[in-house]
Amino acid sequence: MQREGSAFSGLGVVMLKELSDHLASVRMRVLEWLVVLVALAALYGAIQQIKDTTAEDPFLFLRLFTTSRDPLPSFVSFLSFLVPLMAIGLGFDSVNGEHNRRTLSRILSQPIYRDALLFGKFLAGLVTLSISLLTLWLLVVGLGLFLIGIPPGAEEIARSFVFLLVTIVYAGVWLALALLFSVVFRSAATAALVTLGLWLLVTFIWPVLAGALAQIIVPPDPRYTALGLQTPGTAQLEQILARFSPSTLYAEIVVALLDPTTRALGPIYLSQLQGAVLGAPLPFVESILIAWPQMVGMIATAIVLFVIGYVIFQRQEVRA
Amino acid sequence: MIADAVIEANGLTKAYGSAVAVDHISFGVGRGEIFGLLGPNGAGKTTTILMILGLTEISSGDVRVLGFNPAREPLSVKRRVGYLPDTVGFYDNMTAADNLRYTARLIGFRSMEREKRIAAALERVGLAEFADQAVGTFSRGMRQRLGLAEIVMKGAQIAILDEPTSALDPHATAELLGIIRGFKAEGVSVLLSSHLLERVQSVCDRVALFHAGRIALMGSVPDLGRQVLGGGYIVDIDADGVGLPERLALIPGVSGVEKTGIGKIRLHADRDVRPEAAAEVVAMQGRLKYLGVQEPNLEAIYTRYFEANPEQGARERTRHAA
Repeated sequence: MQREGSAFSGLGVVMLKELSDHLASVRMRVLEWLVVLVALAALYGAIQQIKDTTAEDPFLFLRLFTTSRDPLPSFVSFLSFLVPLMAIGLGFDSVNGEHNRRTLSRILSQPIYRDALLFGKFLAGLVTLSISLLTLWLLVVGLGLFLIGIPPGAEEIARSFVFLLVTIVYAGVWLALALLFSVVFRSAATAALVTLGLWLLVTFIWPVLAGALAQIIVPPDPRYTALGLQTPGTAQLEQILARFSPSTLYAEIVVALLDPTTRALGPIYLSQLQGAVLGAPLPFVESILIAWPQMVGMIATAIVLFVIGYVIFQRQEVRA
Repeated sequence: MIADAVIEANGLTKAYGSAVAVDHISFGVGRGEIFGLLGPNGAGKTTTILMILGLTEISSGDVRVLGFNPAREPLSVKRRVGYLPDTVGFYDNMTAADNLRYTARLIGFRSMEREKRIAAALERVGLAEFADQAVGTFSRGMRQRLGLAEIVMKGAQIAILDEPTSALDPHATAELLGIIRGFKAEGVSVLLSSHLLERVQSVCDRVALFHAGRIALMGSVPDLGRQVLGGGYIVDIDADGVGLPERLALIPGVSGVEKTGIGKIRLHADRDVRPEAAAEVVAMQGRLKYLGVQEPNLEAIYTRYFEANPEQGARERTRHAA
């Protein structure tokens, strides 16, 4: 049977309130400072390195994002673990927080659906993250321009802009996960710990586990091992398993976008390389095509996580 | 059942798996009536309220609120019904007015109307001077009043209050009950739940006594008193005078005389016999020190009912154990 009225009435109100809460919160300010300082450090390292090794590089500007100088990791690798932390930090107490403040039943007794509350919270988190990341992106682009003194080309801007969008989607995945656990667990501390634990598992432990699992399921062929090569079957399975982690997907997209010479994300046979001019950059659209499955996969992950949280929230008891 | 009912429940049931929280209850709340759902904690009062609001699914049975079905038309119901949850929470870092503003936006009031309604509502519950203070600094009583202000602002036709007086000091309770009486005066129907029987007995027009998910008794407090306490008035007298008990026994309507102490006499009667009793004492030239009638008391009704119906209590105990 059709429900009466719109599921989205009140959505804008919830979103604006949550957004102003986020932007005014101490938590957000700490995260922003962390991000800015980290970005500056990474950028500084990158620029030192670039200045030392300036060569005829057509994509010098993109090097800003990917170049690292010991002991600092590159800007991109900083982002890849700061973004999940920011998203989890914003989302881990969004629903159980209302519950613990005992505001949930009061808000839900107003003429809105639960949809509006959950979706409003998700959107507010995503907008907050987008604002921070956009600021950060502009900061990096501006500083890079200022310090290197070479204006970026249109393609470089396009590539780094798509990188920004992908980073926002990546943040959305973790935000949706944090939101899901904030629905499932009544205690905010439990939700935060479980989300962080899952993030650690997926980002740092899963890639190792994927390799081990692949070797168990498809044992390496001794003939390849003798030659010092990876067995194709094992390598393929390892990659398939590793791609269950959004961190792997994100890393692959970033490589394809920011390193235009990337021709494939995964093992390829020598026969596939016939006729290829190694080291020659791919056009922008081709790079996007390479990473397209990963992008779709990441968007789908975010949607699936949100939907699971939504379904649980719909059926949940609101009483304390 | 009730001629002009704003809430009508028929065989309302809520089961969590095999545990039945609310078991086929039926009741009606009339327009402008204060109806009390009373009973111990865990008797199913809050679950009943959540079903009326459409905040929890109904296992079986049917409920209508102002003619709407809360499960199918939740927005229509929630637009017309104000709800004060048990230990209501507000956003502590926001001011009282901002908290109401957020709710008003959710309801969809335009800005002009919003401000007017908020100011009037805060005035009404006596929080006008605290409008711009953060709710974090509020006492429990003030929070409850702010919750009522939200209902006033909403312009609700029905106010549903869950344990509005629990954990409040006597002064705050009196204030709150005063506001609730004000609702009735404005024609707002009130459904309130409480486990503190004697505190709310004074405001309720009718009550339903809950016990283990069922309504054990329903009606006005005096009616229930007559029904359960044997339909009598109990008049206590403290006076001296020789042969007073014998004289008092002759008053028409008195069914029993009991000596409860030196000079203390308790009369069981089918009506209020205080005037006659006083006249008798004076006629015997006795000194009348005390004369009082025991109002039917919910606590007594509740206890007496379950003493008188032990088989019902026993059945519910086994159901609890199961």
